[in-house]
Amino acid sequence: MSAIDQLFIKLRNENRKALMPFVTAGDPDLDFTAAVIKELVARGASMCEVGIPYSDPIADGPVIQASYTRALDQGIKLAAILETLGKVTPQISAPLVTMVSYAIIYRHGLEKYADQLNQRGIAGMIVPDLPVEESPSLAKVCKARDLSLIQLVTPTTPKDRALKITETSSGFLYYVSVAGITGERTELPPELLERVGWLREQTPLPVCIGFGISQPEHVKRLAPVADGLIVGSAIVRRMANVAKSDRASTLQEVGDYVATLLEALE
Amino acid sequence: MPTAPHADSCSANVPDAAGRFGKFGGRFVPETLVHALDLLAAEYDAARQDASFQAELDELLKNYVGRASPLYFAKRLTEHCGGAEIWLKREDLNHTGAHKINNTIGQALLTLRMGKKRVIAETGAGQHGVATATACAHFGLDCVVYMGEEDIRRQAPNVFSMKLLGAEVRPVTSGSRTLRDAINEAMRDWMSSVESTHYILGSVVGPHPFPRIVRDFQSVIGRETIQQCRERFQCLPEVVVACVGGGSNAAGMFYPFVEHSDVALVGVEAGGRGNQPGDHASPLTYGSPGVLHGSFSYVMQDEDGQTCDVHSMSAGLDYPGVGPEHSYWKETGRVDYTSCTDKDAMNAFDALARLEGILPALESSHAIAKAMEIASQRSSSDRVAVCLSGRGDKDAAEIARLKNDITT
Ligand SMILES: Cc1ncc(COP(=O)(O)O)c(C=O)c1O
Repeated sequence: MSAIDQLFIKLRNENRKALMPFVTAGDPDLDFTAAVIKELVARGASMCEVGIPYSDPIADGPVIQASYTRALDQGIKLAAILETLGKVTPQISAPLVTMVSYAIIYRHGLEKYADQLNQRGIAGMIVPDLPVEESPSLAKVCKARDLSLIQLVTPTTPKDRALKITETSSGFLYYVSVAGITGERTELPPELLERVGWLREQTPLPVCIGFGISQPEHVKRLAPVADGLIVGSAIVRRMANVAKSDRASTLQEVGDYVATLLEALE
Repeated sequence: MPTAPHADSCSANVPDAAGRFGKFGGRFVPETLVHALDLLAAEYDAARQDASFQAELDELLKNYVGRASPLYFAKRLTEHCGGAEIWLKREDLNHTGAHKINNTIGQALLTLRMGKKRVIAETGAGQHGVATATACAHFGLDCVVYMGEEDIRRQAPNVFSMKLLGAEVRPVTSGSRTLRDAINEAMRDWMSSVESTHYILGSVVGPHPFPRIVRDFQSVIGRETIQQCRERFQCLPEVVVACVGGGSNAAGMFYPFVEHSDVALVGVEAGGRGNQPGDHASPLTYGSPGVLHGSFSYVMQDEDGQTCDVHSMSAGLDYPGVGPEHSYWKETGRVDYTSCTDKDAMNAFDALARLEGILPALESSHAIAKAMEIASQRSSSDRVAVCLSGRGDKDAAEIARLKNDITT
């Protein structure tokens, strides 16, 4: 059982939902990434998703893309990211997962990448460009190491295909709220509640919703139908303020923002 | 030139149902796009079985595109090189001036079959953008073309043409502001628009089924060449040469020759200013297998799997990846891949202009340069067929700017 499986067993027993912030690693540097993760967990985030900067992220909107570009322009390397995360994991009570392109995993070697996550106490990975057909080798590698390989279901996924994805995903299912790229949205599609409701009836796996979520109202509306909610661009955008402001106040701002979402979750 | 060593293990019967050419290809894209790719693959399979689809395509290729394109004996160029005969497959004489239209007409017909009304495309040299805008004007489809800012600068005439044809050209300002970034941006558009929009990808790259569809639509080049060779000199050429950006003109030229294992196939990548990382765009020569733009193939990448910046003076070759079938042909040894520098391509441009009265595209000039080199090393009884993938009018201003830098 991975740390994520344990987390959701606990949350379901307590009838609680997860809030899962996404942060870009190395924007503007890894010290700040570590500080933000610790702050968000201290505020009550159940889990943190760490984006590994990638040069060609086709699923990402302008905010996350720009954060990846800033990090890569600083010369960020995977080894340094994992080293930093390895120092953070013993200090926090919440699991970390990496959001990482298959290009990066393949280059490092599937087993080597998975071994490194294990050594650093990281619970799993979301690989946004690895559809279920291409995932068996990585799924096997993850399974052997008790790592979660979290797969995605989207509004364009037909139902029979969604069922197939539930069979191979582990940790939780990532339900993408909109057909599109990451980024804050004011409106979320009206069919969303129904679709997630259907999916949750099909599988014992927890279902978390991500993409577009940014407002306490979104959280209030979606939390009842899901096991957790993922918030990305809204956090990354606030983290970028560190360029114009100081670290302590940016940390405070990001923390306060997440606190408003956590309040809405209760 | 010797026949490739493991040519026997190379099959023309690729890709498989998962889009694999040997171990290359596949589909590494966000889940959001998978269903649309499945539908596209199914629609394409249906179209291939449909005689009326094929008839409509053939009619358009003949009367709208102007096919068959000539196979022209370059007599003075041959004499200049002093060896094998050089024959040019004149894709530059197609409507819109390059091979790209073979693919866009085919994919526009697929767009209509799928009931979609909007088309998006990426472009580097602007030839694919113009060919897409043209097909969309012809069929009354909405058209948006993504183009890197650097390419907008160096291929300005094509930007103007696209606008005249009614397309919207969206400048891409991220990354290196070239073809690679334009593909990223087109993919992102498609992530949100996939249910109403078809993405007419312009080369044999990207996720399955694009590498296969584009190769098939471009294969008219090689099929005609084989027929024309048989008519003109009753046998096949000893060597066939094409330039490789994403690899569509080369795939279209080579594919029908793959099973003729006594014909040597030579793909020419952009050698840029030299063999240091960042100075060229030759993933098959200097890169390694990895994932880019939805496909597993050779790519220029760093030790972390980040795509590297590349360089070529030619916008259409300035791309860090290459189609998966080329990686397969490389690994099976069926095709020899080599590269040609900016400078040698520029010299070949001059030679073809002055000796034959043909201005080739800078992309195609890379193939001409290598063909001249090969011809000069072979006997006069041999024949080298070159894919002259496009015409050079679009490059005139950029060539004027570059001339002092590059030619000696
Ligand atoms: C005339 C011409 N030749 C070649 C290319 C390279 O593309 P490909 O390798 O797909 O043929 C381009 C691309 O823009 C082009 O315009």
